[in-house]
Amino acid sequence: MSKSLNLFVPAIGVTTLALGLAYGLSSRDYGAQTIETLETRVQQTEENVARAIAEAQAAAEEAARLQAERDQLEQLAAEAAMSGSDLTAPAPVIEGKYGLGRTALPEEIAAWDVDVLPDGRGLPVGQGDVFTGEEVFVDQCASCHGDFAEGVGNWPVLAGGFDTLANEDPVKTVGSYWPHLSTAWDYINRSMPFGAAGTLTPDETYAIVAYILYSNDLVDDDFVLSNENFTEVEMYNSDGFVVDDRPELEYAEWQAEPCMVNCKETVEITMRATFLDVTPEGGGDSVMNDATTSDSPVFSASASAEPTEESAAVEETGGVDPALVAAGESAFRQCKSCHQVGENASNRTGPALNGILGHTIGAVDGFRYSDVFQEANAAGEVWDAENLAAFLADPRGSMAGTKMSFRGVRDEADITALIAYLQSFEE
Amino acid sequence: MDEIFKPSRRSFLRGSAAIAAGTVAGGAAAQGTPDPLITELQDWASYTGVGVDETPYGLPIRFESDVVRRNVEWLTASPISSINFTPIHALDGTITPQGCAFERHHSGAIELTKEDYRLMINGLVDEPLVFTYADLERLPRENHVYFCECAANTGMEWAGAQLNGAQFTHGMIHNMEYTGVPLRTLLNEAGLEAAGDLSDKWVYVEGADASSNGRSIPMEKALDDVLVAFKANGEALRMEHGYPVRLVVPGWEGNMWVKWLRRVQVTDMAVESREETSKYTDVYENGIARKWTWVMDAKSVITSPSPQMPITHGQGPLVISGLAWSGHGQITRVDVSKDGGITWETARLGKQGDTKALTRFYLDINWDGSPMLLQSRAIDETGYVQPTKDQLREKRGENAVYHNNCIQTWFVNEEGIAENVEVS
Ligand code: HEC
Ligand code: HEC
Repeated sequence: MSKSLNLFVPAIGVTTLALGLAYGLSSRDYGAQTIETLETRVQQTEENVARAIAEAQAAAEEAARLQAERDQLEQLAAEAAMSGSDLTAPAPVIEGKYGLGRTALPEEIAAWDVDVLPDGRGLPVGQGDVFTGEEVFVDQCASCHGDFAEGVGNWPVLAGGFDTLANEDPVKTVGSYWPHLSTAWDYINRSMPFGAAGTLTPDETYAIVAYILYSNDLVDDDFVLSNENFTEVEMYNSDGFVVDDRPELEYAEWQAEPCMVNCKETVEITMRATFLDVTPEGGGDSVMNDATTSDSPVFSASASAEPTEESAAVEETGGVDPALVAAGESAFRQCKSCHQVGENASNRTGPALNGILGHTIGAVDGFRYSDVFQEANAAGEVWDAENLAAFLADPRGSMAGTKMSFRGVRDEADITALIAYLQSFEE
Repeated sequence: MDEIFKPSRRSFLRGSAAIAAGTVAGGAAAQGTPDPLITELQDWASYTGVGVDETPYGLPIRFESDVVRRNVEWLTASPISSINFTPIHALDGTITPQGCAFERHHSGAIELTKEDYRLMINGLVDEPLVFTYADLERLPRENHVYFCECAANTGMEWAGAQLNGAQFTHGMIHNMEYTGVPLRTLLNEAGLEAAGDLSDKWVYVEGADASSNGRSIPMEKALDDVLVAFKANGEALRMEHGYPVRLVVPGWEGNMWVKWLRRVQVTDMAVESREETSKYTDVYENGIARKWTWVMDAKSVITSPSPQMPITHGQGPLVISGLAWSGHGQITRVDVSKDGGITWETARLGKQGDTKALTRFYLDINWDGSPMLLQSRAIDETGYVQPTKDQLREKRGENAVYHNNCIQTWFVNEEGIAENVEVS
């Protein structure tokens, strides 16, 4: 209420002043006219005072109303805060600064700011040749990355893999994949050798990078890499990258209201994790492997979630039926982790399978077969629909000792489809 | 509309039939025989338990010892440069306890004290600065819940169903409440006048560990919601998550959340470090690779039932539960299918999810014991609908490693056992 009191004080002050003035004037002996005039003035003043008081009162009422409104708002805010409404605010951004932190010294910046930009900025002065690089590499890097940077075991491969980026399993190395040489210098300098990062001298790093370039056929053996010629080296894959284009290629398309009913005719299982059996302890594989003896059900739009007899009607047509080939293609997903077919197919964990029907067993060029396969090969045995079906149904049962660690295809229809699919690829 | 389970007399009878048939393990005792757990005086109701201070910092009770992070050994050459997985199948709600939140190290987790901690801001700034941990604590801070997902989460599933468990297929994720200082406050302390036009500028962030794991972040993001965090779920960060200070880059791939953050450099181009060229890029079928794919698109997974969480109670009431998230903002809806994508129902959200944070969803059903092909599909505030595996493969081929946000399928058989599968 302090606000309303403030409003009253000046109004009363004006009235007293006006009355006092009028009284003082009227006590002198002036003429009646003067008195009349004064009376009129007093009357006018009184009217003015009355109006002022009325105005002051109105203003006071308005102030009281505003005050009440403010009280009410304050109470609402308090209630809202109690009930958890949003009174949060981001950390304030101030005009100036907090003045925390101290100036970094040049020596400190030099010690930590060692990154190298694609245009070569950040490189220290120095140089190193391929031969020195080989020495340092064999000494400090080869135990993990191999003498020729070809990688040991599961450790990263640093060389080779050219022209594999469009293959099934691209081999991404410093040579085949990395778009900038700066990345190699920067990474080796700050993070390698693994377990002793930051111990290489600039010249050693130049020499190692020169050697890795040499291992990737990018330079000759007399090459010397230095901060001067660094940006002249051309990397194979310098044009191989595009900036994230998901917004254009994917987001626009995947924003439609999705289907809720009858979204597919039927649904079948095309691949199962337990067949691969690569889940570590704690995963769900062991239970499922023991428990699953039945074929997987097919779900269909009409009798959703009802197990039905799988496409048992499929005839053995010898692979001319395109629907069968298509079914085989989808069943082949369980083989893809190890086998390739089609153009550019090459040997992976398992041999490439082009033209396998009618082909001698264990005869794909450049693949190292198990003993049992080598024996079958020596005996001149040939793959036909029958022995292949038996092998696919139970690899270890039909060819004891095979390297194909795969549980087998349970569904006869899938086997028929697979054979049709394999038949569609000529050698 | 949500399908709310209404217990009917028939399902109740069916449920009790299952119990009588003995298919329900460890259920309450059958009708007629009084339950000794109730009728007999139990030790714990008679003797006293352990006193306070028995464990000054408590761990989960020993009966929960299987709810732990797990590693897939064949994935990497050494556990020092490796990853493990959050047991998301066994958790509920949305907050991941720090002790079981996945770890990813490029050169092992290091011990760095608050006293030895230094953060340098340099490059195109008015005055390069060094902050101590104590300095950071004096700047205004914020609290936010965010998910952190490794770009390689679900990466092993590109070519086919491989790992049998939600922990292994989707466990490279955690969700914590962070306390930290906005990166923009620190950049403002150093002053950005020297950087001039900020629209084409970057910050390069690196850690204090041997790998340093440097990454380039566009200035726009750096000034937006990036946090320099020192607390998670109310307590100090764990060593394995970057104690004492890590970067939080909301909605963006986990590799950018640099741990043991030691330097932020303002630059005029991306550094193109090893982690943003050799790794965290994806090659497509034509051999061309995509880079700077920072945002984690909308994704979801049913955490139970799942291969590690089979249905053990037989027919009747069943809670289907899972997680959904999007690096583009809030999750607005999650649909669940029980028949491999033929029909979908909209699930119930545990609570409206925060932006760029995990959202819990539930579908409460009356399971009749028939096999299911369970799938979930997340939709975020941009209207983006989580794609199927085939949709993703059609766009990107099978050589990709990162950013696999496909719809996951679990096959649940009549016995309630679940398996990771792919469907047509
Ligand atoms: C003890 C084993 C070991 C030694 C010795 C070693 N490295 Fe490494 N190297 C690794 C590991 C592990 C990685 C992957 C690190 C990661 O996951 O971030 C790696 C990664 C690399 C990479 C990046 C590979 C890629 O594709 O991204 C390069 C380049 C490299 N090392 C070069 C070297 C050089 C040069 C040396 C010697 C000075 C060396 N390494 C010594 C284990 C080793
Ligand atoms: C885990 C890896 C793996 C999987 C999965 C796999 N294979 Fe094999 N496969 C092999 C290996 C290894 C061999 C060589 C066998 C040997 O030497 O004993 C082989 C051999 C074969 C051969 C004989 C090739 C020849 O040259 O004689 C055929 C045919 C074949 N696989 C078909 C299939 C089909 C069809 C599937 C899928 C249903 C499949 N494989 C799944 C690894 C695999």
